[in-house]
Amino acid sequence: MSILTSPWPWYIVGPAIGLMVPLLLLLGNKAFGISSSLRHMCAMCIPTNAKFFKYDWKAESWNLVFALGMIIGGCIAGCLLKNPDPIALSESAVESMNKLGVKDYSGLIPTDVFNFNALLTLRGFILMVVGGFFIGFGTRYANGCTSGHAIMGIANLQWPSLVATCCFFAGGLLMTWFILPILMNL
Amino acid sequence: MKNLKFLIAGTIFGIILIRGEVISWFRIQEMFRFQAFHMYGTICSAIAVAMISIMIIKKYNIKTFSGEEIKIADKEFTKGNVIGGLMFGLGWAMTGACPGPLYALIGSGLPIIIVVLLSAVLGTYCYGCLKDKLPH
Repeated sequence: MSILTSPWPWYIVGPAIGLMVPLLLLLGNKAFGISSSLRHMCAMCIPTNAKFFKYDWKAESWNLVFALGMIIGGCIAGCLLKNPDPIALSESAVESMNKLGVKDYSGLIPTDVFNFNALLTLRGFILMVVGGFFIGFGTRYANGCTSGHAIMGIANLQWPSLVATCCFFAGGLLMTWFILPILMNL
Repeated sequence: MKNLKFLIAGTIFGIILIRGEVISWFRIQEMFRFQAFHMYGTICSAIAVAMISIMIIKKYNIKTFSGEEIKIADKEFTKGNVIGGLMFGLGWAMTGACPGPLYALIGSGLPIIIVVLLSAVLGTYCYGCLKDKLPH
């Protein structure tokens, strides 16, 4: 079983992700990108007068179906064929995260930080709700996310995508090194 | 059921993300702290493979399976690439996830991530309502 449940090295995962780009192009002329699904969900579910959501989302339904597939894939690999071992993190990373107050390393995310009870704490609310809001607002404002800009955009030699990716990274570094240590101690 | 193929493609992608652990808050922290090569190797090799694939498609004028000409829209530069990009980065490091991983994490049996996803939908909604007032 371990061959089915053990994690894959980067040189398998990276190229496999990269191949999603030609796969989607060949399957139906679709540009690899996930964050548009958030916009389609707004257009589909929330009644609004905003022009931004007045378009034929049904024509883009492939993106929502793709997202649904990702949930199924997540279930297959993360539930049915769950890796029983904790992630093999570098020692220095564990040391740094211990300092942040993380205790539970058994799963894919620190469930002692991300859980329903923590939602009612200031720390949990900021990390999950504000963090999620930043992702949704930021990705649409930036016109793409890690898949649409960092992979699809850069691979298609789009310099705005390179700019966006550098900014994703700058924001992440700022959060990790300067803000997260404060947030984690709230 | 013309979308069935995208359901299968999404499923494969979800499996790849989980097996690669790139959806892990721990791995994202490790990346932003420069404490492992895993994420850098993954992202760079993904870009390289995607880039070579696109070059081959363009050079040999390869068509879709249904015979259509393949067209990829250009990305136009706006100030949003910078401001929105920074904001996205903050959220990425806070939640340890970007939109794709959110779906895969929910599927992996973490219903708490539904909260993060709904909040992201709300964020996109607020952007849509404020779009005309923001610098672009």
